[in-house]
Amino acid sequence: MSTVAETNIKPTPEHGTRPGASIRSRLQDALPKIVLAPSFAITVVFVYGFILWTVYLSFTNSKTFPSYAITGSRAYQRLWRWTFESDPPSSWYTSITNMGIFGFLYIFICLALGLFLAILLDQKIRGEGMLRPIYLYPMALSFIVTGVAWKWFLDPGLGLEQTLHQWGWTSFHFDWIKNKDFVIYTVVIAGVWQASGFIMAMFLAGLRGIDGEIMKAAQIDGATTFQLYRRIVIPLLRPVFLSAFIVLAHLAIKSYDLVVALTSGGPGGSAWLPSNFMYEYTFKRNEMAVGSASAVIMLMTITAIIVPYLYSELRERPR
Amino acid sequence: MLRKLLIGTALGSGLAFAAHAQDVKEVEMLHWWTSGGEAAALNVLKEDLAKQGFAWKDVPVAGGGGDAAMTALKAMVAAGNYPTASQMLGYTVLDYAEAGVMGDLTETAVKEGWDKSVPAALQKFSVYDGKWVAAPVNVHSVNWLWINKAVMDKIGGTEPKTFDDFVALLDKAKAAGVIPLALGGQNWQEATMFDSVVLSTGGPEFYKKAFNDLDEESLKSDTMKKSFDNLAKLVTYVDPNFSGRDWNLATAMVIKGDALVQVMGDWAKGEFNAAKKTPGTDFLCYRFPGTDGSVVYNSDMFGMFDVPDDRKAAQAALATATLSKSFQSAFNVVKGSVPARTDVPDTDFDACGKKGIADLKAANEGGTLFGSLAQGYGAPPAVANAYKDVVSKFVHGQIKTSDEAVTELVNAIEDAK
Repeated sequence: MSTVAETNIKPTPEHGTRPGASIRSRLQDALPKIVLAPSFAITVVFVYGFILWTVYLSFTNSKTFPSYAITGSRAYQRLWRWTFESDPPSSWYTSITNMGIFGFLYIFICLALGLFLAILLDQKIRGEGMLRPIYLYPMALSFIVTGVAWKWFLDPGLGLEQTLHQWGWTSFHFDWIKNKDFVIYTVVIAGVWQASGFIMAMFLAGLRGIDGEIMKAAQIDGATTFQLYRRIVIPLLRPVFLSAFIVLAHLAIKSYDLVVALTSGGPGGSAWLPSNFMYEYTFKRNEMAVGSASAVIMLMTITAIIVPYLYSELRERPR
Repeated sequence: MLRKLLIGTALGSGLAFAAHAQDVKEVEMLHWWTSGGEAAALNVLKEDLAKQGFAWKDVPVAGGGGDAAMTALKAMVAAGNYPTASQMLGYTVLDYAEAGVMGDLTETAVKEGWDKSVPAALQKFSVYDGKWVAAPVNVHSVNWLWINKAVMDKIGGTEPKTFDDFVALLDKAKAAGVIPLALGGQNWQEATMFDSVVLSTGGPEFYKKAFNDLDEESLKSDTMKKSFDNLAKLVTYVDPNFSGRDWNLATAMVIKGDALVQVMGDWAKGEFNAAKKTPGTDFLCYRFPGTDGSVVYNSDMFGMFDVPDDRKAAQAALATATLSKSFQSAFNVVKGSVPARTDVPDTDFDACGKKGIADLKAANEGGTLFGSLAQGYGAPPAVANAYKDVVSKFVHGQIKTSDEAVTELVNAIEDAK
């Protein structure tokens, strides 16, 4: 620390001639760039480089191993055809409809539940310090643990249904996890359970950052509690919504392991998400081109949703 | 401290360099036999090699399981860092051989007489372009019934000889309040059962044409429709909670007497053995009704890679030890499968193993030894998985009728070819 201060304050002759000082100052200017360079290079190669690589592979006829000759868009043609095969559903059709259902419900319920819990916790209640970690804790578990725990809990012969039957409520029936039409909703349940506490913590931090004076002013103006939240608090939380949405969206898209641990694909593959589809085709079925094409489509879909949203949110900030 | 470390490293690398100058007395092995019984079985091989002075080195696989191991293998091969050998299944061996990374064991094979002792159907996967590239470790067969004897006695059942007998037997179990059929509702288990159903419904010729040759006429024939009808009939005898269940849990239902029978490959016997049950007194093994005389197989193989010359001696020793009669017997007694060569004495095997060995021999000679499509020995993985999709969607109701199932099957296989 002291050396830095010294150099800054006294560019004196005994510390060296002008070129020496300029090397030092130039080095200081360049230091952030030098420090960032490795991670920048790694990101360029291992994220963007491999995205391009995947795009390239999707136009080849790669099977078990990558092949380098471009052979056209057969992989995309197959995916396009499968997109409309709804009866009986093709695996790709199942995957993308599931992504729609799961993505929408997961993000929406997490946001709603997280906000609701945060508002409740924000009422200056006693024992908040103890309650907060309880809600937050599921986020510390991996998807695999969450998946296995919920698999046992939802299994009709093992978990909830069995227990309630033993307690005497024999008409109780809950077999969603075994039902091809409902299995995707069990993935939503487990996912929401895991993430909503974390979203609550984000909203809670946002709520704490709101100026108390504004709230008081609104109350003096005679706003009801509902109006207070509806008109003032929630609009002020907009940046938190953005962060929460981005966190949830990427969790939703990558929740491959949750599906595997919870349902091992579901009856007849009915719980697949596009990530499961991609893994299955690339590594198990040795159809690397189709797997790559599905990955590219996933990426484009995400981009189509996230980029306009980011653009509109971030553009308004400076104003 | 630092200096000591440096000296140590220098010494270490010096030693390693010295060792490289001559043959490397080590086999590097990629496999996923890590559970109790399988690990014990593999230990026999490790000890055989240790006696000849070869060290054994496992390639670590994160997460275990065949999928993870295959992903690890792909990465190793892509990096040019071949293991001495890897556990491999069916078409994977041929894929790698086509990519030109497999070694050549022909010299060892000729010396040991593998051509005559290993069933011809297996050689389709272990010989590529006239060269031996893999050493088969065992032969599993999938057309078995595993029956709890106590339950069988209670309901007064006898060995079913035809599919109709089988349905009658399941009815008896149902009437007695036992779950008739233990099934795990995962696609490979359903498809494995369907392999047997097709063989039983259409006979050996039909099975071969449809599931090994992928003949379109057979795939969309009425016999195939009948097979799907029969599968649908069997599915009515499972408990409502079957979907997603692991195969060994289904076996446990039979062991405990909750269920009468499971249709599963002979690896299920390992579970019975682990539970200290004896064939004949505690449980019964029959061929799937109507499939006696034929064997639908899959096989574990050790694929041998094109390793540097200084490692070839160790590789040859591994291959020789793998197909030695003593190891074949010792390993397969524990694993539940039967030896991959037909000239191994069956003295150490239990009743089911003896039957398995005799059946394999007869099927090999009679030309009724067929690759299991569900287990990836009937067709390449893309086709096999498309097949599993269709069967599983049929079992779980996404595909509603046998007609639709047959159409889907033909399309899916055509698509994947």
